[in-house]
This record gives sequence, C-alpha cells and structure tokens, in this order.
Amino acid sequence: MRELMKDLDRWRRQGKRIVVARVVDIEGSGPREPGAAMAVSEDGEVVGSVSGGCVESAVVSEALEILANGERHVVSFGYSDDDAFAVGLTCGGTVHLFLEPLDW
Amino acid sequence: MDVTFDALRDAVVAHRPALLVTLIDGPGTGDKLLLVEAEPPAGQLADPGLHRVVLRDAEASLAAGATSVRRYGEQGQANEDTVTVFFEAYAPPPRLVIFGAVDFTAALVRVAKVLGYRVTVCDAREVFATRARFPLADEVVVSWPHRYLAEVGSSLGPRDAVCVLTHDVKFDVPAIQAALATEVGYLGAMGSRRTTEQRAARLRAEGVSDEQLKRIMAPIGLDLGARTPEETAVAICAEIIARRTGRTAPSLRDRAGPIHPG
Repeated sequence: MRELMKDLDRWRRQGKRIVVARVVDIEGSGPREPGAAMAVSEDGEVVGSVSGGCVESAVVSEALEILANGERHVVSFGYSDDDAFAVGLTCGGTVHLFLEPLDW
Repeated sequence: MDVTFDALRDAVVAHRPALLVTLIDGPGTGDKLLLVEAEPPAGQLADPGLHRVVLRDAEASLAAGATSVRRYGEQGQANEDTVTVFFEAYAPPPRLVIFGAVDFTAALVRVAKVLGYRVTVCDAREVFATRARFPLADEVVVSWPHRYLAEVGSSLGPRDAVCVLTHDVKFDVPAIQAALATEVGYLGAMGSRRTTEQRAARLRAEGVSDEQLKRIMAPIGLDLGARTPEETAVAICAEIIARRTGRTAPSLRDRAGPIHPG
C-alpha cells in the first residue's frame, strides 16, 4: 500500500469512500508480489495495480460491489479456469487478493 | 488502541519498519494489528489465544521484514486452518548513496527514484553539492565521503547501494575504503579501465585485500553500450538489480527459465 498512501490520503480528505485490494499470496508465476495493492474510490477512480493489467478491471467491479455491501473478502484469479471467458492471469499463475473498505 | 490507516501511513512516511497484520478469512475477518518498530503493538484480536500466537509471529515477521500468509485455528492452534492471516511488512525503502556531485549523478538520482530508492548525494565541494542541482535527491550532504560513511555506514545493509562517481583518486579511495567497511550490498565505482586499474593499485597500497577488491563493481554498470548520463544511470541501476537477484543479465529472449526470480 506504500505507493498508494498519497492518493489514499487525498481521497480520504475529500471524504470519498474507498476499497483497497492487496495481493496476499501468489502461486506459480505472477507479475506482482504480495503487498502490491490497488485502490478504487466510490466514483470509480483507480490507483495502483495488482497484476500486469490482466485482472484490474475485474477488481474494480468487485470493489464497487464491496462499497455497496461492505463485505471484505478474499478473491482469487487463476489461469486454470474452465470458463474460457473468465478473467485470469495470462502468465499461468494464481493471485489471491484481499479486498476491504478503507474504513479503519 | 485500534489500528488506523493514519498510524500506518505515519510509520511508512517516516521510513520506520512496520508490519500490518490483517485477518483475511475466518471469524473476525478484517481485524488488524499494527506493529511499528520500538512502539507497543496496536490492535487486539477477539480470541486471546489467537492474539497471542499471531502477535508472536508478527514480531518475528517485523524483525525479518517478511510478508507472508499463515493459517491458524480459531484459538490460534498451529495445525488448523480456519483463520487466515496476512502479515504485510513495510520495510523502509532501500538506500542509494552517491558520492560525487557530477552530471551523471543527476541522472542516477532520477533513475534510482523511479526504482524507489531513498537517495543521498554526498560531495565535499559546496559549490556542486546543492539541492538545486539534485532536486529529486532525498538528501544532499556537503561532506567528505569517508566522514559521511563514518556517521551512517553502520545503517547500510544488503539492500542498499553505494556508487562512487567522483573518479578522483583523492576522493574515491577513502570513500571506497569506508564503503568496504560497511555491509552495503552493492558497491560500484565509475571510471575508465585505466582509472579502475590505477585506483585498484592505490587501494592495494592502502591495504585493501584482493578479496575486498572483488566487491567493487568497476568500471561501474552493465555492458549496455551506454553513452549519455541517463543511459549510464540505467546501466548502473540494472547492474544493482542484477547483483541483488544474482542474475548475469543477458536478454530474456536468449535464455530459458522463469522470468520472475523465485
């Protein structure tokens, strides 16, 4: 979250509600290490990243859902998905993210 | 005391080692602990048994600067996995100390900032070591390199780097000697092959062993064919990365094997 601190501060000063997604674990090949993070504001602004761009748009939809229901949880994206249209990492790894509102 | 984002931000901005513990799955998801070096821990997990075990592991993770995911039972049992906890280490950024306030220094400061280094420029010449010349540097110090290292050298570790760009024997021999006395992970010195040989001879005459000389990356940088200060800065930073990861740095196309270091 280090590289997001300035943006998060700014959004908080503006009174915006925010969801933060953090990489907590990766299996196999993954572009970003645990600790990499992105944040989504209530008006859909995005800072940071959690992959090479493969899963970010899916994370935004998840984040906006969490803004509505407040349910923090782990979301995983992998390659070995049966659904050919599912979101996943093209590099073949699995990334586990923890998403939560920045309400603390 | 509850864990707040503000407390985490303050620790990170002040470059203090910190560890954020988040319960990410199981009863109490979202509960947190925050450990900042030399401060009492903040936060409380609902179950006292779980709290005790997680706090113990958090202290070890803070000391090691290690990020990990661990699983426990609801009362902290080691062989169960109903609770998942994310330990996220916030290590202070690695440091780059550049000796010599020359044109190459300005470019190296810029590239190193992109890579997240906390950068110090140090030169004994007041006219050159100015903030105006190195606006992106975190610190510009007017001092003799060996005097500066006598003050801060003990804080340099394997993640940190020292680049000696003075290519003036009077400055860089004592600077290199002082840097060799630290545990800095990367030590590079600029200069032609001729300068490098002359410098090595001077260092030997000062009592530096062949073993110690092997620590010095000189002439500095990867063989990219760099000409400009900016290109040279990329060659230096690329070498710093390659030395840290233990790679020989050929092109990915010409190699097999995994792209990301394990």
